Amino acid sequence: MTKLRYERPIISKINAGVPDKFGMKTSVETLNQIDTVPVKDILEQYGSPVFVVSEPTIRKTYEEATSAFTSRYPKVQFAWSYKTNYIDAVCRVFKKLGSWAEVVSGFEYQKALNNGVPGNEIIFNGPDKSDEDLKLAIQNLSLIHIDHFDELYTILKLAETSYKRPKVAIRVNMNTGIYPQWDRFGFNYENGEAWQALNRLMYSEKVDVVGLHTHIGTYITTPNAYAVAISKLAELATSLKKKFNHAIQYIDIGGGFASKNTLKGAYLPGKDTCPTFDAYADAITGALMSANFAPNELPTLIIESGRALIDDAGYLLGTVLANKRLADGRRSTILDIGVNNLFTSFWYEHEVLPVETTTQQTEDTTLYGPLCMNIDVVRAAVQFPLLQKGDQVAIRRVGAYNMTQWMQFITFRPNVIMIDEEHNTHIIRKAETNATFEAQEVIPDYLKS
Amino acid sequence: MKLKNNIAISETGFVFDPNSGDSYSLNSIGKEILELIKSGKSKSDISFHILNTYDADEFTFERNYDDFIDMLKHHKLLENE
Repeated sequence: MTKLRYERPIISKINAGVPDKFGMKTSVETLNQIDTVPVKDILEQYGSPVFVVSEPTIRKTYEEATSAFTSRYPKVQFAWSYKTNYIDAVCRVFKKLGSWAEVVSGFEYQKALNNGVPGNEIIFNGPDKSDEDLKLAIQNLSLIHIDHFDELYTILKLAETSYKRPKVAIRVNMNTGIYPQWDRFGFNYENGEAWQALNRLMYSEKVDVVGLHTHIGTYITTPNAYAVAISKLAELATSLKKKFNHAIQYIDIGGGFASKNTLKGAYLPGKDTCPTFDAYADAITGALMSANFAPNELPTLIIESGRALIDDAGYLLGTVLANKRLADGRRSTILDIGVNNLFTSFWYEHEVLPVETTTQQTEDTTLYGPLCMNIDVVRAAVQFPLLQKGDQVAIRRVGAYNMTQWMQFITFRPNVIMIDEEHNTHIIRKAETNATFEAQEVIPDYLKS
Repeated sequence: MKLKNNIAISETGFVFDPNSGDSYSLNSIGKEILELIKSGKSKSDISFHILNTYDADEFTFERNYDDFIDMLKHHKLLENE
């Protein structure tokens, strides 16, 4: 006789409460393949946990983003935000797609060069640029976005002895109606600091002021804030034209577009509230076309979007280590995926999906990672199916920031693989081992015996 | 181990505890086990029945059964022994 399919017995208390008018679905969704590659096979071949980057998804998302802008504005250039995901294979996919590189440190700058990005297609942002970094960037005719007056004067000093004129822009911070206002980077618009910096640069006659840059914040769900930012940068540009008869070559609107992940505390899922690329493009290009640029001096629009271009392409696959009961009767499930690898679980309610499930039954569950640390919580409370030890899980939308902000803490960082357009898998970053750390550590002689 | 006398179990797996006024829902295997407990079956009888009926191994079921009983205790649905 064939036996029936087994699932864990459960009893759940029914809590009467105010019904949710949006009525989220209760069926258990599964994720058993990525780009037609079975998740089980990936875990078997590359171990658990493992990050997966889908090149087809990167290409599809990039195409959506670029066509939203290029269909509305004639001069558009994307620059890949290295800090969002600077694994070389990922950066090279963006380069192949036509992206420049946007970097914020000497380390990232070298990565961009090593990935074959020409110097004049590297945008160098951020508050931390050493004199050596700046000399190299000037030599390579990279676009240096000045963050503060100390950097501005360093560049003017370096320009005195350089054979090449530095190509510079200033980063401008401003009130666009977004809270919190990011005023720690760049020069302020409203108090006149940005205009003062531009004057200082123009009067020096030692640098080429080629652009204006802003980055108004992160996970911006109000496209109109970008329109406000464009109009303020356009004001600065027209002032430069009027006073110095100088036309800038580009306006860099930065990044900050939201992804479909759900922020903690949000009432509705991110996939329902995230603006489309078209919505951002409409606001930004509409403001650019309305500004007072002469038709033959329209600046190139540079976009440094990171999160919105890569989040959907990243997956983190793992395994259930154990189930436990908490003191109040709630179930907890321990995964081999923790905050060490999934750094974004500090601010997102990540969707954790079973790879396979034999049941539609769920229980209120806390999902913990494997670390022996109280902070290691992947989801504090989620209706989760009745998985057993050894069952596999998949987490969607982890492409942004996790593979750069991850921590080497308590255990190793895992393999990262890429699925190419022919659906072949490739390791693009090897899992760490004890040897990785032994190579870095030095034991003083007196402790060796 | 004994289920409190006045606990009501519906055909569709709803449980009502008139002592507290609380209601609970069971999945189908949970309902089956609770009915076996109510009819006075021992742990080994229940285990024998489940392992013969369902595709489960002994250790998995024992772990899940003990967890289920802990939840019945947590919800105060069992008589104090």
